[in-house]
Amino acid sequence: MATTALPQEAAHAEAHELPFIRKYIFSTDHKIIGIQFLLMSLAFLGIGGFAAMLIRWQLGFPDVAIPGATILPETMAPGGYLLPEFYNSLVTMHGTLMVFFAVMPLLVGVFGNFLIPLKIGAPDMAFPRLNMWSFWIAVPAGVLMLSGFFVEGGAAGAGWTSYAPLSANSEYSGVFLGQQLWLLSLAVLGLSSILGATNYITTVVNLRAPGMTWFRLPLSIWALFITAILVLLAIPILSGAAIMLFFDQTIGTHFFDATGGGQPLLWQHLFWYFGHPEVYILILPGMGMVSDIIANGSRKPVFGYHSMVYALIAIAFLGWIVWGHHMFQSGMNPTLGMGFMISTMLIAVPSAIKTFNWMGTMWRGSIRFHVPMLHAITFVAMFVIGGLSGIFMASAPVDIFIHDTYFIVAHLHYVLFGGSLFAIFAAVTYWYPKMFGRMMDPFWGKVHWAITAVAFNVTFFPMHVLGAQGHMRRIYDPNQYEFLQPLQGTNTLITIGALVLFGAQFIFMGNFVISWFKGRKAPDNPWDDNGVEWTVHSPPPHLNFAETPVIYRAAYEYSSPLVEEDYLPQTRNLGSDSGPAAKPAAG
Amino acid sequence: MAHPAVMQTPANRELGSGVYNEKLGIWVFLGSEVMFFTALIGSYIILRFSNPGAFAAPNTVLNIPVTATNTFLLICSSVTMVKAFAAAHDNDMAKMKWYLLATTLIGASFVGVQIYEYTHLIHSGFLPSGLREGSHFAELATAGELGLGTPDAGVAGIYGSTFYTMTGFHGFHVTVGVICLTYVTTKAFRGKYAQTDHRGIEVIGLYWHFVDLVWIILFTIVYLI
Amino acid sequence: MGSFLDWFLPPGASTFAADIDRIYYAVLIITGIAFVIVEAGLVWFAIKYRARPGRKATYTHGSMRAEMIWTAIPAVSVVALGIWSGTVWNNIKARDSIPEGALEYAVMVSQFEWMFTYAGRDGEIGTADDFTLRNQLHVPVGRAVVLRLQSEDVIHSLFIPAFRVKQDIVPGMHMAVWFEATQTGRFEIACAELCGNGHTTMGAMTTVHSTAEFDEWVASRPATTALR
Repeated sequence: MATTALPQEAAHAEAHELPFIRKYIFSTDHKIIGIQFLLMSLAFLGIGGFAAMLIRWQLGFPDVAIPGATILPETMAPGGYLLPEFYNSLVTMHGTLMVFFAVMPLLVGVFGNFLIPLKIGAPDMAFPRLNMWSFWIAVPAGVLMLSGFFVEGGAAGAGWTSYAPLSANSEYSGVFLGQQLWLLSLAVLGLSSILGATNYITTVVNLRAPGMTWFRLPLSIWALFITAILVLLAIPILSGAAIMLFFDQTIGTHFFDATGGGQPLLWQHLFWYFGHPEVYILILPGMGMVSDIIANGSRKPVFGYHSMVYALIAIAFLGWIVWGHHMFQSGMNPTLGMGFMISTMLIAVPSAIKTFNWMGTMWRGSIRFHVPMLHAITFVAMFVIGGLSGIFMASAPVDIFIHDTYFIVAHLHYVLFGGSLFAIFAAVTYWYPKMFGRMMDPFWGKVHWAITAVAFNVTFFPMHVLGAQGHMRRIYDPNQYEFLQPLQGTNTLITIGALVLFGAQFIFMGNFVISWFKGRKAPDNPWDDNGVEWTVHSPPPHLNFAETPVIYRAAYEYSSPLVEEDYLPQTRNLGSDSGPAAKPAAG
Repeated sequence: MAHPAVMQTPANRELGSGVYNEKLGIWVFLGSEVMFFTALIGSYIILRFSNPGAFAAPNTVLNIPVTATNTFLLICSSVTMVKAFAAAHDNDMAKMKWYLLATTLIGASFVGVQIYEYTHLIHSGFLPSGLREGSHFAELATAGELGLGTPDAGVAGIYGSTFYTMTGFHGFHVTVGVICLTYVTTKAFRGKYAQTDHRGIEVIGLYWHFVDLVWIILFTIVYLI
Repeated sequence: MGSFLDWFLPPGASTFAADIDRIYYAVLIITGIAFVIVEAGLVWFAIKYRARPGRKATYTHGSMRAEMIWTAIPAVSVVALGIWSGTVWNNIKARDSIPEGALEYAVMVSQFEWMFTYAGRDGEIGTADDFTLRNQLHVPVGRAVVLRLQSEDVIHSLFIPAFRVKQDIVPGMHMAVWFEATQTGRFEIACAELCGNGHTTMGAMTTVHSTAEFDEWVASRPATTALR
């Protein structure tokens, strides 16, 4: 714990070629760990997406057997038709996989790891070995989660929110082991996230290069730093709740069991006290990275950098005092509704600040429409829809009608897919050259972007309409209800959109894999970016920097009048610069 | 904490916080631990207020003298921990080793006493799911001697649920601490720490004091009130 | 097939439906304006400021005045919306909002059915002439009714779209929800909270009668043993 290897020794030790297993499997290099998280979470993204296709088929074509689904066992889909219990498992696992094993690791695990040391000018994370562990703890968590599909009783089926007592008592759900595996998996994954967050926070606080003051940090790093704080403080709440629910199932405790003195609503309070910060964990890194990319694409400094930072902090803070808006109709004391409603509405303010600042960044720019920029602009366009639809359900009386309907499903997908996932596409395509040393193909990148953007809206926009008509979510057969029967056509349209959307991702995967081996060799700085990571080779060597970089200015000095080119790297010394100790340049 | 990975910080680099990585890291990690225990203790408070009759009177089910002694032990181990760190600071390596060993042993005996307590409680019928039918405690409950609102063993379930979950997770943290202390103590006896570098001792010390603090809170709200 | 852009809510049939719908449409207009501003702005900027040879981006770090404007306008709008919503919310859901003299029903739900116990001829719950119907709720038009809800097993949620009524029913808790129907007819009840494998089938039907018809209907029912 307290040995001090001298830096020279370390550098020498690393100069020797490490065996394959230390270099690529049990690696302590933050860049390799980032790529490991990337491959793992893309796989989960695929599985989660596939689950969504089965769900959509059931809703869009309830009378048609799923093509090829006859290979599924009788306990899931006899004759190619989903059973209601399998449908519930799919709904649950789609949500869980996407939130915990796809989007969260894609944003935090991948880009937290890959970008933080590179962008702050550090050789690696503060705790490289801990970093390795946080990946290798996440892997068994994923295996535990998926194993639910292969045990008797099937995978967890109480929704990704797992409201007790449905989740606590197998008599009610018919799911035995699956529900316990779900909880164990989340507790294990929680440990991985907490270790990762500890690492990120320590790294950003301690290891910034000389001159990298707080207000010279790129917004991506600000966002990842604030996200790490949210992870650190929110995840243990989920772990605690998951353990209590696990004990309810296994050793007969009564935390959420009303007949034994427990409270089902306690689960909801704990879950959403974690869950709302979690929502921001899933969007803030995207906002940060999109800010970087929009500034680069527009060739302009980020408009209102300081407001952007304060808005991030405000969103993160408000995230802790709004959880009750998930519970307006839950039976929680209605008087609390008022307070939660106002605090929830206030989130619109920092969100609006961010949106208009992104637009301000594009205003009077000189916009280059590279693939990451297309995704980044789409992020803004879609996030706005998700943000605005949130105002409907923030109003508690309107929420009476739209709560637990497809309006919510539309809202959360506009934020989580239209927002987070477009940010992820932007970030992956932007930093791919730095990760793999090769460029992704821009033509197929644009094809993927165009189909995804259109199919996404065909899929999720009509869900608002379903919600406005009262279509409940998580329902296996809406046609049971007369008032939902006229909506079958809309459901079919949505399913067609979803299938196209899913299909389009194969273009992305193809581009990703083929470019890895056959892509054009990437230059060090393909996007003319100011960030520290673009001053080193693509991909960067072990320990990143031959010598510690020195930072002279903020991250977004595009089109500065001081230089001929339209970018001015953070590390470039203009001679007139007074050195790293200088105060950050105004603005 | 359990995985002592050391960052080779280049000599020319100033640490942003002025505190070395391991120390900053453990403070950050303890922030997470605070939230974990907040979830458990917060749930306990809510459940206790909503079931005033389900929690036995002090010193009926739980044996306060034994646990008070155990609490005293844990506080002592915090003192020896401080002494070990001070000794390292003063370059008194022999003293440091023995104080570390003392801390480890006292920590282990705390876990031992807790295991004894659990065994005894379970044997007498106090389970996480409630009072076992026909057990010693169930009879006392029926006789109205546990101070329960109703003598209904099922209602008493929430008492066992919260008791075992909170004290159990604290015990788990102490156990992890003892394992880490064993590692640090072994290293100390091998002469791996110096006056100039005893970061491991400070880091495990911070964790240990945190665990101690949590116990003082738990002892107060679970045993005394 | 509902139109792609059909954002109108289904017709309301309770006294407070119009209040809820009014906020919904107000939010729709406010967010609609913001939506158009942002989306049109993005498209306009994307076209107008596309990279062209010989033009350099304007070097600026922002504008304090612009920040103030787009902080203040949303802040004022949402707080106003919040206060308006709060008033309506309290009129519908606050615990003291249940009108005096509302007709009482006891509703026991379980996987996957609704048991409605009626007050019977004497208009009081818990008396000998109570009777219970499965999945059938009959109410008089123009009179407030209050449903006292309890769940036997898991969380269910009472959802009557036409009345803009939704209330989760949590085991171990006593919930109450009230409404006053404004038209006669049949209105579907759904369970809105995932409650197990049969969740999808957990529907029921409300029948709203005219007062005279309702009294007649109640009088014709034999008393059954209440289920509880």
